[in-house]
Order: sequence, then C-alpha cells, then structure tokens
Amino acid sequence: MKLFPIRGGIHPDYRKEQTSEKAIVVMPMPAALYIPLQQHIGAPADVLVAEGDLVKKGQMIARNQGTVSASQHAPTSGRIRTVTEVTAPHPSGLPQTTIILEPDGKDEWADLPEPIADPFSADTHTINDRVAQSGIVGMGGAAFPSAIKLNLGEQKKLEILLLNGAECEPYLTCDDRVMREYPDEIIDGARIMAHALGTPRVVIGIEQNKPQAIEIMTKAASAFPEIKVVAVPVQYPMGSERHLVQAITGRETPARKLTADLGIVVHNVSTTRAVHHAIRFGRPLIARVVTVSGGAIREPNNVLTPIGARVADLVEFCGGFSARPESVVNGGPMMGQPLPSLEVPVVKGTSGILALTAEEINDRPTSACIRCGSCVTVCPCGLSPVDMAAFVRKDNLEGAAKLGVMDCFSCGSCSWVCPSHIPLVHYFNYAKGVLNDLERESRKNERIKTLAEVRVIRIEKATEAKRAALAARKPASDATPPSNSGEAKAATEEKANA
Amino acid sequence: MSIATISKSGPFAHGFNSVQKTMFTVLLALVPATAFNLYLFGWPAILLFTVTVGACVAVEAGCLMLADRPVRATLADYSAVLTGWLLAMSLPPWAPWWVGVLAAVFAIALAKHAFGGIGQNVFNPAMVGRTVLLVSFPVAMTAWVMPHPLFSSGAPGLAEAIAITFGGHMPDTVSAASALGYIKTELSRGIPVTQSMAQVPDLMDMARGYRAGSLGETSAILILAGGLFLMAKRVISWHIPLSVMGGLFLIAAIFHAVDSAHFASGTFHLVSGATFLGAFFIATDYVTSPVSKKGQIIFGLGCGALIWLIRNFAGYPEGVAFAVLLMNGLAPIIDQYTRPRAFGRNSKGEPLQLEKP
Repeated sequence: MKLFPIRGGIHPDYRKEQTSEKAIVVMPMPAALYIPLQQHIGAPADVLVAEGDLVKKGQMIARNQGTVSASQHAPTSGRIRTVTEVTAPHPSGLPQTTIILEPDGKDEWADLPEPIADPFSADTHTINDRVAQSGIVGMGGAAFPSAIKLNLGEQKKLEILLLNGAECEPYLTCDDRVMREYPDEIIDGARIMAHALGTPRVVIGIEQNKPQAIEIMTKAASAFPEIKVVAVPVQYPMGSERHLVQAITGRETPARKLTADLGIVVHNVSTTRAVHHAIRFGRPLIARVVTVSGGAIREPNNVLTPIGARVADLVEFCGGFSARPESVVNGGPMMGQPLPSLEVPVVKGTSGILALTAEEINDRPTSACIRCGSCVTVCPCGLSPVDMAAFVRKDNLEGAAKLGVMDCFSCGSCSWVCPSHIPLVHYFNYAKGVLNDLERESRKNERIKTLAEVRVIRIEKATEAKRAALAARKPASDATPPSNSGEAKAATEEKANA
Repeated sequence: MSIATISKSGPFAHGFNSVQKTMFTVLLALVPATAFNLYLFGWPAILLFTVTVGACVAVEAGCLMLADRPVRATLADYSAVLTGWLLAMSLPPWAPWWVGVLAAVFAIALAKHAFGGIGQNVFNPAMVGRTVLLVSFPVAMTAWVMPHPLFSSGAPGLAEAIAITFGGHMPDTVSAASALGYIKTELSRGIPVTQSMAQVPDLMDMARGYRAGSLGETSAILILAGGLFLMAKRVISWHIPLSVMGGLFLIAAIFHAVDSAHFASGTFHLVSGATFLGAFFIATDYVTSPVSKKGQIIFGLGCGALIWLIRNFAGYPEGVAFAVLLMNGLAPIIDQYTRPRAFGRNSKGEPLQLEKP
C-alpha cells in the first residue's frame, strides 16, 4: 500500500527491547484498589456505592453523567472501604474523589449484561450503549470516552476505521503485546466497531519496528477482505491520530476539525479489544495492560493491571526499583505525565509506568538558543518553536498564539532535539494553559453580557407590553384613533409571542 | 523510595545533541583545511592563528566576566574558539599580530557580546571582525603572500616568523595578488578578463589551494570535504551551501556567457576567493541565518548574488564577508516571511477547507 510522508518528527532511542519479548503477566490483586471517579476526558462519574457496600467484580460503582463521561466498575469483588479524596495520577498532585475497594480475594463476577449474540445484526445504538455502559475510554492515553467516538457514524458518512497500533512512544510495548497475544479479539472488536460506525473499511497501522505484531495481525485479518494491516515507518510521532491518518491516506485534517470530518475514525488497538470484551461477554473495562519499564525498574514487564492498583504496588510487583528514579512517568517518555508520587492509582489511560534514571532522561541545564532551527525542522505540526518560545519567554502569549501555539499537541520533538536543552514543551504547555483560561474567561464574560442584554430587552418588552395592554383596555371607555389601536394590537401580539 | 519533585513537563528523553558537540564538530571539519593552510604559509600563519584564537577566547572571557555570566561553562561551548578560528582563516596569513587581536575585539566584544552574547548577535562575529579591519587597514588586510610551505627552502623559520608577526618586518619580495584582486586590477587597466585569466593559476591549482589568499580561501577541496562532513553529521543541511554556490555560479555563468571580456566564468568564481569557506562555514552560522529551509534558500541565493555583485562592481575584489553580513541583516525578516505552513492550515494560517467528497 502506498504511504504518504509526514512532516518532521524524530528518531529517539526506542528501548522497547526491555519489554517487547515479555509476555503479558497478570498482577495479583493488591490489598486495596483506588478507583478515581474521573479517569477520562469529561465529567466525573456519579458514585453509586457507599462505605461498607459489598460489590462484585464488574459491578458498576459509578455511573457516567452528562454527554462526555465514563462509568467505573469494580475490578474485583470486595467491600467498599470508603469514598474519599485521594491524590490523582496527575502532575498537579491535587486530590480527586476516589472509591477505595478492599478485595475479598474471591474475585466473584457480578451479573453481567448479556453478550450481544449477533452484533452484526444489532443496531448502532445497542452497540454504543453497551460500550458506554462498559466504561470504555481510549486506551492510547487520551482516555476519551469511546462510545462518543462510535456515535460519529450517525452524524457523518464514514469511510475508514483506523486502528492505531503505531505505539510510537519509546519504551511502551503494551499495544505490541496485546496485538501479538490477542489478535483475534482485536479483529473481532474492529469488525464490531466498523459495523457500528458504518465504515466499509478497516485499516490497522503498525510501526515497522513491530514485525511480529504486523505478521500476526496480518494473518488474523486475512480472513476479512475489508481489513488491511499497514506497516508505517518508524518516525515519532507517527501514533498521533492526525499524522497516522496523513501517513496512511495522504489526507491532512484541517485545523480545528476532526479526522472524522475526513470520514476516518481512529481508535487504539487495546480499546478495540475492550469493545470485543464488552460486546461478546458483557465485561466492562476493569483492567488494562501496562508496560512497566525504565532503567530504574528491576524487572521490566507488561502487566495486566486491575484499574485502581497503586503505582507503588505495580512497581513492587516488578521487583521494585534497582536505582533511584529521577522521574516516574505515567505514559511514554515523550508525552507522558510525571507522577507526583507512587501512591496514585493506575487508571484506564495508563499505558506505561516508567521509572527513568537521570541518565535516560539526559536533562541538562538550559543554555542560550543558538537558532539552529532543529525545532523548526522536526516539528510535525509545521510550527516555529524557536519563535513561539521567544514570545512565551516575554509573556507575549498573544504573539505565541498568532504563531500557532494552540496547534501544538506537545509531542515533545522540539524539546528532545534542542541542543541548548530549552524546555520548549514546558513553555508551550504554560502558554496553552493561560490562553485556555483567558478564552474560558472571555466566553464567560461574553455569556454574562449576552444574558444581561437579553434581560434588558425582556424587561423593556414586558414594560412595553404592559403599557400596550393598558392602552388596549382604554378604548372601552374613550375612543382612540384607529392607527393607535393597531399599534396596541401589534404590541399585544408581541407580548403573546414573547 | 521517594521520587524527585516535578519541576517541568516532558519529554523525559533527550537527544544527545548539544551546543558544545555542534561547535566541536564544526571545528573538527575545519581541521584538514586549516592544517594544510598552516603548512602552506608556515610559521607566520601558525603564530597569527594562535594569536587570533587566543585573543577571541580572552575577549570572550573578559566580556562574560563583565556581564557576570558563568565564564568557564560558556567558554566550554567552543563558540569563541570557532569564531577565532574562522576569523583567523579570513586574515592574510602573514598579517601582524595586532590585526588578529583587533579583529577579535570587534568580533567578540562588539558583534557578539554587545548584542547579548551567544545566540543574540545579528551579524556573523568573525565576518564583522574581518570587514572592520579590511575597511580600516586595507593595506595590512590585503598583503597576500605566495605559499611558503613549512620547511621548504625560502620559508621563514620560527625566528623570522616572530619578526614577521610580532615585529612588523614583512619581507617585501613575497607579496602577491589573489586571483580575484589580480583580475580586478587588470580589468581597471583595460585588460579583459579573457586575457588576465591566463596569468592566474589554473582552476585545478586553485581548487587544490596552491595560490595566494587568506588561510581559508585556498584549498577549496579540503573546505568542501569539511562541509560534506558537516552535512553527513547533520550539523548543516544542503540548503545554504548549495544556494550560495548555485546563486553565485548561475549569475556568474550568465554574465560570462553574455560578455566574457568583462566577467569571469562561474567556475572561476566558485573556486576563487572564500566562496567555499563562506558557503559551508560562514553563511551556515546558525545564529545569523534563517531557521526555515525555505528561508535558508532565499538567504543563500542572496549571498551568492551579492558576492558576485560586490566582486564585479564594488571597490573590493572579494565580497563573501560583505555579502554574508548584508544577508545577516535580512535574516530576521526572511524568517518572518518563510515560516513553514502549519499542519491543517494554509500558508496564511487559516484552517484548510474540507475537501468536498
């Protein structure tokens, strides 16, 4: 299949060999699970349990609320210790409402929803409801509720379901392992999703540094002519949704649009497997494969981890630290988030836990920019990090916005390549945060202004109407010119309309 | 076990590139041409080279101290060494010591630190040093000598060299004109290029470096080798060197074809003077050239055209330094108008239109 070039990008040390040949192992149930109500983009789920409740494995313990949200389920059977504030797996280290579950060791399943016997004759709603009910979110890291993305077929005509198996982040091998060990589950999930979306074609994009996964997936897909496995070049950030779409279809998603506007919906391969579980067995998303790696981990591995297991327990399961980690990262080293502590839980979007040594991070003091232009060359978004950084440094965020800082998705290529070790992504994240706040603020002010204006109009109308009503009653006692009565009638009509 | 406190966001990986490594690679690329030229022009050249590089490092250290910046850490980035090196390569090999020192002061103190130090200068420091000296001391700066290879008969020994560099005893029998200077002088006497070309060394000799000129002007081949090495190491890309040489060659070739009595050939312009040094090592200076590839091509073509214009119509026979400085001044504007197109947007920055299915 003909591929298309994508702009920029880098070739970091992949270091995937630390875990790529390690088959997925199951982590034993820890003493307690910490299940945050918000593990996804959108609104936190509504808690359904209280202290002391006994729950079974797979039972819903928090329900999605609002359009963008996801439910949470008990990863095993046990007793709810409490619902309280616990440090979130987020760099802020802020607390977030979390359900603490003490496993009883029986691992007893709850009554699960019935499997959908023939998903290919089921309608889109049935499938999407099940996916929503199962708490499935994008497992590539962004954790966007999957059911919403599966609904896109109702709004637009879609052509391709693109499965993202690029896994371009260094170290991470969880998707690689899932593809190698459960190819049929992914293919089945993909066919169900394609059916729900109404896409005639499925393309699975895998980076060429995973030859076994490519081979195994190609074989698994061979029975289905509509499914095609494509080996894409090893080039970070190939796994970025827009870039993967461009590499495979040659089409460039316009700014502020979605790939779905081009008729292409992208889902992660592990998400697809979760959909398979939900449809075929009624099982919700309660565990995920996490790559535990990095130079400071004694036994790097791919671990099937129950959602809510603390990072400390997971690290312990992998032999603990062999050296003092400089940073522990949730996700890959390029786009992952630093963890504020090890006392935070693994959530649905946790693709990796990396304990990195100072040597691996290779951070050095920042020196002056020498305008080498490497950042401009590698930026996959076609931005000019050197100029944006200059604006941000002077706190001229408007200038940075004009140069497109809001188009930056923090892939980290510029920071990685910078010979002066300037923390460019850090600058841009700061700028994006402040600009988002300003935008929210101005939207709020705008809304307040509109509401105030509407109120003034309403009051005016009401006063006008009252006056008109008064005038309308008058003709009974003394005569008024016809023109006036017409006006009054119009005003009354207006009142009725208002 | 505790983990380090979070001080900044990712990435938590970094390439192994550094400013120091980059500068060091450039120095390495200059070694063959420099060694050959030091051999070619002997002890006086070695002394001048040492004095110039030393002066640049000393001035840099002084400026850093004045600015209250870390001295040792900044010197370790080799940028002052590189400036001194390139500056020395642009001077007449037997020039007196004060030429090197004065040029170093202008290059490092004025062109670099007065603008805010590394990364902040608008103009190429080495070229500022060279041109200020050329304008102020035209005689000392155009006193070219024929090659006197080290240890060959007639080459000055160390004692004589010390007298030449530090005592100002320039032997008056050795001076020679550079090919560009010769042709220009002849042309001003009404002798056409076609005739004067017969008197200059043939093109292969010029490319090999056996001719009068500054340290870095001779031996185009070794400079080219260094430039290719830098490209292989991805320190520089092809955009600037090729567009400088392509621009110069094209315009020279066109005019040569039209009027060969007045204009030397494109090949002659390529191998004479400091074309190769300028294209690979001077115009490619990161700080003073555009960052985008499109901008680099415009910048390079501008350099090439200006080199030819200055060589043919200005008062000086050689134009690389002036051309690069003029284009340095334009680099920020070029950068502003040649930013790459952002993903999903047109060149004006507006979101792309969805294709109609």
